[in-house]
Parts: sequence; C-alpha cells; structure tokens
Amino acid sequence: MNATAEPTCDLTRMDPILARYPAERRSLVMVLQDVQKTYQYLPRPALERVAEALGVPRSHVFHLATFYKAFSLKPRGRHICTVCMGTACHVRGALRLVEHVERRAGLKAGETTPDLELTLETVNCVGACALGPVVIVDGEYVGSATTTKVDKALKGIVKGAVEEQEA
Amino acid sequence: MTRRITDAAHLERLRTELQAARDPERKAVAVCAGTGCVAYGSRKLTAAFREAVAARKLDVEVRATGCHGFCERGPLVVVFPAHIFYQRVQPKDVDEILDRTVAKGEVLERLLYVDPSTGQKHVHEEEVPFYAHQHRLILGFNGRIDPESLDDYVANGGYRALARTLTSMLPEQVIEAVTKAGLRGRGGAGFPTGRKWALCRQALGNPKYVVCNADEGDPGAFMDRSVLEGNPHGVVEGMILGAYAVGAREGYVYVRNEYPLAVERLSLAVTAARDAGLLGSNILGRDFSFDIHITRGAGAFVCGEETALLASIEGNPGQPRFRPPYPAQSGLWGKPTVINNVETWVNVPLILDRGVDWYAGIGTAGSKGTKIFSLVGKVNNTGLVEVPMGATLRHIVYGIGGGIQGGRAFKAVQTGGPSGGCLPAEQLDLQIDFESLTAAGSMMGSGGMIVMDDRTCMVDVARYFIDFLIEESCGKCVPCREGLTQMGHLLHAITEGRATDDTLAELEALAPVVQDASLCALGQTAPNPVLSTIKYFRDEYLAHIRDHRCPAGVCKALITYSINDKCTGCMVCARQCPEHAITGERKKLHVIDTAKCTRCGICQSVCKFDAVDVR
Ligand SMILES: Cc1cc2nc3c(=O)[nH]c(=O)nc-3n(C[C@H](O)[C@H](O)[C@H](O)COP(=O)(O)O)c2cc1C
Ligand code: SF4
Ligand code: SF4
Ligand code: SF4
Ligand code: FES
Ligand code: FES
Repeated sequence: MNATAEPTCDLTRMDPILARYPAERRSLVMVLQDVQKTYQYLPRPALERVAEALGVPRSHVFHLATFYKAFSLKPRGRHICTVCMGTACHVRGALRLVEHVERRAGLKAGETTPDLELTLETVNCVGACALGPVVIVDGEYVGSATTTKVDKALKGIVKGAVEEQEA
Repeated sequence: MTRRITDAAHLERLRTELQAARDPERKAVAVCAGTGCVAYGSRKLTAAFREAVAARKLDVEVRATGCHGFCERGPLVVVFPAHIFYQRVQPKDVDEILDRTVAKGEVLERLLYVDPSTGQKHVHEEEVPFYAHQHRLILGFNGRIDPESLDDYVANGGYRALARTLTSMLPEQVIEAVTKAGLRGRGGAGFPTGRKWALCRQALGNPKYVVCNADEGDPGAFMDRSVLEGNPHGVVEGMILGAYAVGAREGYVYVRNEYPLAVERLSLAVTAARDAGLLGSNILGRDFSFDIHITRGAGAFVCGEETALLASIEGNPGQPRFRPPYPAQSGLWGKPTVINNVETWVNVPLILDRGVDWYAGIGTAGSKGTKIFSLVGKVNNTGLVEVPMGATLRHIVYGIGGGIQGGRAFKAVQTGGPSGGCLPAEQLDLQIDFESLTAAGSMMGSGGMIVMDDRTCMVDVARYFIDFLIEESCGKCVPCREGLTQMGHLLHAITEGRATDDTLAELEALAPVVQDASLCALGQTAPNPVLSTIKYFRDEYLAHIRDHRCPAGVCKALITYSINDKCTGCMVCARQCPEHAITGERKKLHVIDTAKCTRCGICQSVCKFDAVDVR
C-alpha cells in the first residue's frame, strides 16, 4: 500500500486499557479492541506491551491480531468510511457505493489515503439491514444510501465530494 | 431500582407497587431508540421531546424504547394512551405532536403510515398491516419497555418466571418443561434445547457454563441485535433460568463488535440485575448463585459456530473443532457448557411464565413457538417480523411485507443466510418451519429473509455467498478452503461469460465433496446457495453460459446500458457519470457511449424518468 511512516505510539495510553481487564488470556480480544479504539489500529509496541501484561507469547497476540477481521496492523485514517456489503445491502446496490467512494477518494476498499485522512472499509452487515444499503461515516449511519447521500456525508473529508457534483 | 430484592415475595410486592404507580391512562410518548431509528436521528428527537415537555412543565412521560421492527419507517413514535402511530418523525414535529395529539387527541395526518399497496392511512400501530399480521410474543416487549429500566421490565412481568422457578421447581423440572414445550434452538440448526440442557446437566465436570451466542453473523439478519437492545433483561432472565437448570455458576454473552448499542444496553441490564440481587450470590435469597460476563467478538463469521465461539472467549483464534465431544460435554475450558442463541434464551422466561401447554399450542407439530424473521431486500415493508412457526412465505412477503417494491415481480426469497438457499415463487405457499425449509433445499438459519425481484440475478447471488464464505472460511480444512475457492472460480466464469455447459456440471460435482468432507457446518452447508439456485433457476444459469446474457441486468460483463425515449434531457446522469460517457443537450435525448461506459449503474440509479435501460 502506501509507505507512510507509522506515527509514534504513546504507550502511557495503554495503562487504563490494561487496568480494565483481568490479566488473563481470555481478556485478549477485548484488550486488542480497546487498543484499536485508542490508536485506530494495533501498533506493534502496543501489542508487545499486551503480550507482556497478559503473560502470553507475542506470537499468540500477533496471531490473534491477524486472525480477526476487526483488527488492523496498519495505521488507519482519521476518518473511517464503512460500506456494508451484507446480503440485504448487496441486493440493494452496495457495490455501486463502494466503487463510488473508491473513485472519489482514489483508493481501494481496505486502503487508507497516503495523508492518513480516510480509510475505506467494508463489513458484512451492521444489523441495520432494513435501511439498506447502509454506509457509516465516522459512526454516523447513512440509511437507504445513494451516491449523492454518501457524497454529502464525505463532505470535508474527501476533496471534491460535493463540489464536483454541484458544478 | 437501587434496592436489593431479598426474596420472591419481595419481588412480587415491588411489582405490585410499580404497577400501581403506573397509570395506564397516563399520557406518554414512546420514541424508538433502536439502531435503525437512531440512524435516522431518534436521539435528537427524544431530546427534543424531553426539552419541550420540561419547558412546558407537562405531565407526559417520554420513553425511549427498543426496536419496534419497522425500522425502515423510522424514527417511530407511539403516543399513549391512544396508541397513535407516527412514522418518519422529525424534531420539528415535536411541538405539534404535544399540542395537538398528546393534549387534544388529534391525529396528524402527515405523520401517519400510508400503506403503499392500498394507499390507505392507518392511525394505530395494531392496524398497520405490517404489525397486524404478526404474532409478537417476543418483539412486543420491545415497544412497551424502556430497555434501560429494570423497573419497566419488572412492571411488565419480568423476573416472575425466575421467582416462581426458584421457589417451586427443581432443575430437572425446568429441563422437562423446556423439553415438553418443544423449544428448539433459534441459532440455525433447531436442536432441541431441553435435550442439550439435559446432556449438560448429566455431564461430569465442574464448573459448568452457560453461553449466549450473540455473534449474529448472517449478513441480513438483525433480530438478535434488536432483542438485546430492546429487551436485554429477557435474555438475562433466560440465562439465569438455564444456569439454574444445568447447574452453572457463570455465563458469558458473546456479542459481535458491530453492535455497540447492544453491548451498552446489555451491560446496563447486567449491572442493574446484579445490584438488585437477581445476579450474583444467593439470587432472591436462595442457595443459587450465578453471574454473567460480556465478551465482544472481533469480526469473524466463523466465530458464530459454537466451538469456534468458545475458543474465541478463551482468547484463542476462533477456529471450529471436531464434534463430538459436544460443548454440553466439554465446552468452555473443557467444562460442560450450554450454548444457545439470543432468541432461544429469550423464549425461556416466556415458557416458564405462561406455561408449557400454552407455548406448545403455538406453531407446528415439530416446531413450536414463534420465529422472528428479518424481512429485507426488495420488499415494500422491511423490518423484523415475528410469526408463529408454520406461517407461509406468502403471508410474510405479501401480508406483512406488502409485496415487492415498485410493483415489480417477485423472484425469490433467500433464507438461512450463507448456509441456506433461494426459494422461488412456486414455494410461496410453503409453511415454514425447520423441516420444511430444509426439505425445500434451504434452511431456517437465524431467520434472515431476503426478498429478491426480477432485477436480482440468481447467479450473482450464488457467487456473492461463495465469495463471502471463501473470505470467512477459517482455512483449517482443505475441502472447505480449496473446494470453495474452486467453486468461486467457476461462478465467476459464469458471471463473466467465460463458462461452458461443463462448468455447471463441475459445480454440481464439487458440491457434495465440500458438503461431506468439511469439518464444520460452514463448509458442510456452503454449497446450498449454489445448489438451490441451480435447482430452481437453471435457465438463468444457461442464459449466462450459452447466450452470454444476464436477464436480471446485474452481471457487468454481460450487460449494456442505453437511454430510451422517456429521456427528458434533464442532464442529471451526464453530470454524475464518472466516465463522462453520457452526452446530450439540455431537453434532448441523451446517449451513452458504450465504449466508455464501465457499467457502474449510477445513471440508472439517478434517473427520475425511468429512461435508462440495461440489457
Ligand atoms: C459458520 C457458522 C456460523 C454460525 N453463526 C451463528 C450465529 O451467528 N448465531 C447463533 O446463534 N448461532 C450460530 N451458529 C450456530 C451455532 O453453532 C450453534 O448451533 C448455536 O449457537 C446453538 O444455539 P441454539 O441451539 O440456541 O440455536 C453458527 C454455526 C455455524 C456453522
Ligand atoms: S469447514 Fe471451513 S470454516 Fe469449518 S473448520 Fe473447515 S475450513 Fe474452517
Ligand atoms: S437522467 Fe434520465 S432523463 Fe435525465 S438525461 Fe439522463 S436519461 Fe435522460
Ligand atoms: S453505467 Fe456508469 S459509466 Fe456507464 S453510462 Fe451509466 S453512469 Fe456512466
Ligand atoms: S446487510 Fe447491510 S446492514 Fe445488514
Ligand atoms: S430501530 Fe426503530 S423500529 Fe427498529
């Protein structure tokens, strides 16, 4: 993908996360989730810290981090656009929406823009199927999404999202 | 409710007090606070109601409830005591609702639901066809109670089943009741719940665990989410009863990470129940202790499979293992474990509260009770529908769903998610229960029901599911990993016009290999979407293979877009076409340059005059 340097990782932010769960293997997935929430991805030094704190081998932590889809080992963007590709959304034209964002932002699903502004992700169902197709921009749901509605939600994040259209 | 409930009699006194303090004639506004309505802005709406009520010092209760099931029309509001049902309500409507509907009982026409098939307006929730044709044993709670209030649940009969059971039934009697009621697992396979519990109770090993499967991986199904968000205490009560029956002291709920609101509501419910002495040690003053932990998943479909889910709770990669031993014998950390689906758990208090005979009187001979389906796709009324087992597909799609969007033709309904199949129009009168769906080549699954019209391509749907499963296969066994990849290649060849008649035969030959040699049900059922579409829609496959044509106009390699003479020359499509492939002057017929067109479909989706054809 892109060769952006990893931002430096402030490990003091790990302390409250580790304090929240018992120091056992069964806390791993939840700890990793909170780590990702804090840093937007799983920085390597943070994973090493987790291994040490929970007393599990590093290799096990890395194995989990790659097994589960929700985790990203690469830095993600300041803004996250998630397009649902679940069945209900698929039959209502979700593909058109991903392709649209891909074109607008100049990246492929799963990628982050080089300036770390936007990550485009796909998921299999967010449980709002009656509103399909569904796109989520920074936690805000866009229901019955159309290319126009998605452009509006991406205004200010993706250059040209709205301007080009109103021209 | 902050005080600790000391025993069953105390709970009943509390219930009487709570009910007495509630005036059924009290004016109230219930705003749906489920995920769908929140997505449409119901949080702002609730806040606006609360502010307006406070500013005017009105005696009106503003209640945020769980999902009513009709999310598509959200945000939904029900005005009590008259049960006036408003949809698509916005903060700007708040003043008028309070001034006219709440104060004077007047109905605001513009907020009423209009039946798209008859044009008729309906005033009350129970008259709207979407609700009128349902049997909402479980979902009914969602609209009545505030999911963040233990008081509300108790006032509506909550924890009564628990109190009675703990004081008057032995664990074995609970298992017998659940068995006699005929409860079967709602997570997909329909395994008899009582039998599973009995196995676990008899198994040697200590401690024992109960687990709630809230991974809900079937893309297109969201009933578990809605139950957890709308009635979390129902699930908690079910789990406590299950723990009592099998002899467990600890329970886990495994919720998928995509459901933050469900996690939040469930955590609140568990804390409230613990503070009230309904969880923890010596529940209701009895010699029985049990507590619940909440674990979040991390986005792997296969983690819904029970052995993978247990591995994931333990902090391991979620890969299925060979069964037997079943989790009831050797589950979490090798100990006997009962794992049931959210909807299964929430049925348990109902059975023990209202009685085995009552419950067994609902449904068909082999499948009892109701089932919640998630009715989505190309149907007019989308949402969650609860019907007795044995209802027909027609009843659901037409009676409740109001038929196909835009008056188009019904083509198929997909049930059972990636393990299920597509049923054609000939099967509309099928009475659905566990057995009938399997016999028709599909599955009950978790209850996803995706309606498809003549613009849905069945080959594309099969390809979609196989691609999904390739992506989600844990890769542990070769037949699943390699077999599905191979099936994927074949399906792509068909949708891209590179196939021959042999391709179909190869697909049919591969299917049984994958079915028979895979370790878990993901692989074992994976060929279903392919086999059922070949069985019912062979002609559509042949159109792709022999004529290089996609009759539904979906498969990009086989279609062309063109503009017909309904075009008014509004220029919208030309502005939006990413390839600048459309030309034409204002108010003149536009033309698509097929050499430039990448068949993205945007022009068709933005044209308001139905002027873009696809062939
Ligand atoms: C690939 C796969 C995914 C599954 N996903 C779920 C799920 O999301 N939710 C669920 O309750 N059961 C799921 N199941 C079924 C579970 O393995 C298990 O049978 C179920 O949780 C048992 O509960 P029940 O008896 O109450 O249905 C899945 C099974 C497979 C093979
Ligand atoms: S059948 Fe597929 S998902 Fe199941 S264990 Fe084998 S590889 Fe994994
Ligand atoms: S949007 Fe439709 S009506 Fe308008 S120019 Fe395009 S084809 Fe013609
Ligand atoms: S399908 Fe897409 S690329 Fe082709 S003409 Fe329409 S908008 Fe342009
Ligand atoms: S399929 Fe998209 S939200 Fe469920
Ligand atoms: S979320 Fe409001 S009806 Fe479903």
